[in-house]
Amino acid sequence: MSMDTKRIVTASINGAEISVMADNRMSLLEMLRDAAGLTGTKEGCMTGDCGACSVMMNGRVVDSCLVMAAEAEGAEIETVEGIADGKNLHPLQRKFLEHAALQCGICTPGFLVSAKALLEKNPDPSDAETRYWLAGNLCRCTGYQQIIDAVRDAAAEMRSSAK
Amino acid sequence: MKPLQFSAPTSLDEALSLLSGAGDGAGVLSGGTDLIIQYREGHRALGQMVDIKKIPELNVLEFDPASGLRLGAAVSCAVLGEFAPARRHFPGLVESAELIGSTQIQSRATVGGNLCNGSPAADSVCSLMVLNAVCIVAGSGGKREIPAVEFMTGPGRTALQAGELLLEIRVPPPPPNSSDAYLRFIPRNEMDIAVAGAAVALTLEDDKRTVKTASTAICAVAPTPLMVPEAGAALTGAQMDDAALDAAARASEAAANPISDMRGTVEFRIHLAGVLTRRAAVIAKNRAAAN
Repeated sequence: MSMDTKRIVTASINGAEISVMADNRMSLLEMLRDAAGLTGTKEGCMTGDCGACSVMMNGRVVDSCLVMAAEAEGAEIETVEGIADGKNLHPLQRKFLEHAALQCGICTPGFLVSAKALLEKNPDPSDAETRYWLAGNLCRCTGYQQIIDAVRDAAAEMRSSAK
Repeated sequence: MKPLQFSAPTSLDEALSLLSGAGDGAGVLSGGTDLIIQYREGHRALGQMVDIKKIPELNVLEFDPASGLRLGAAVSCAVLGEFAPARRHFPGLVESAELIGSTQIQSRATVGGNLCNGSPAADSVCSLMVLNAVCIVAGSGGKREIPAVEFMTGPGRTALQAGELLLEIRVPPPPPNSSDAYLRFIPRNEMDIAVAGAAVALTLEDDKRTVKTASTAICAVAPTPLMVPEAGAALTGAQMDDAALDAAARASEAAANPISDMRGTVEFRIHLAGVLTRRAAVIAKNRAAAN
């Protein structure tokens, strides 16, 4: 058994293979922010309650604070930085702006990642389905209605443009 | 925090040799939704983490009408919820697993971890108990079986011996005309820990009205989830009339031995144990009748 307490972790992050030196105690969240310099993913609670650190890992949305960096070896990670297409915002990002679905913005990257995962699984979620899916993302500013409106409006636009 | 060793063995033998002799200093990492928080907050002083998700045997997820469900200890609740045979044959187990945490937590958390974490409020453990599930564990001395009803021994304590690893959970095949249900009470709609919970599994006679056998369990109202055989007996032979449901509810109330804490008082939890048993029994019966 290796007695090393740090390691090089190589993962695909937003489609690019990235290797970073990570202490074994490090979370995926800390690896993304501090080692890879991807500070779009936010730290909220560090206990998996708030969803601010949501990222995609191997096709599923996870709280990156509750993933060890070492677990990301060989994984495919997608963060909020990978959502826009260059300078073209993703429909979810545009609809968040149009609906004023953010105020302080700390929860927004997590909501975008989680909402994108929802729409990939269910292109036409009901109000209740959207609220249940996003229950692990907390927003202390907006009261949620604008966020739900933005997600469902983005879903409608994406459905019509897919036709 | 002291330095941490991390390994992700790809074979069971390798994992058991890492865990052998490591005692409490080794944490078994599956979904990590309990372990990582306990580690970070200093409740578990770990010198190493052993990630078990790369071991093939622990990722088994199969249903066979003759032998039942095999659920590997590393299978996430999200993956279980997407497995159609489990939804069809054990809807109560799936609904209890899907109540654990948010979408993000579901992607990681496992039913195996729910067992090993040993919480008195472990939703899915209640369901495993009424389904007569059996836990397959392995240690340096070989494999053994622990019935789900005996797996948890106290808050945060289980029947696992030092160096032992939970491999999989086996749920016997459902008899004809049977189904199950799980209900819990939380003060919001999602993302909370049970104030109280109740699971019921039952089988109906061929008339699809009379209860042939029934098992009930309650959680978050005692140091571990509890079977309530008196509630099952009260339902057996009955047709879900008010008298039988009342008797089952009274039995759960009598078995409940809760504490008062931030989530609820003793009186409230006892009341909930009865109400939830009664409602879960009706749901399980309706599901069984529709099978």
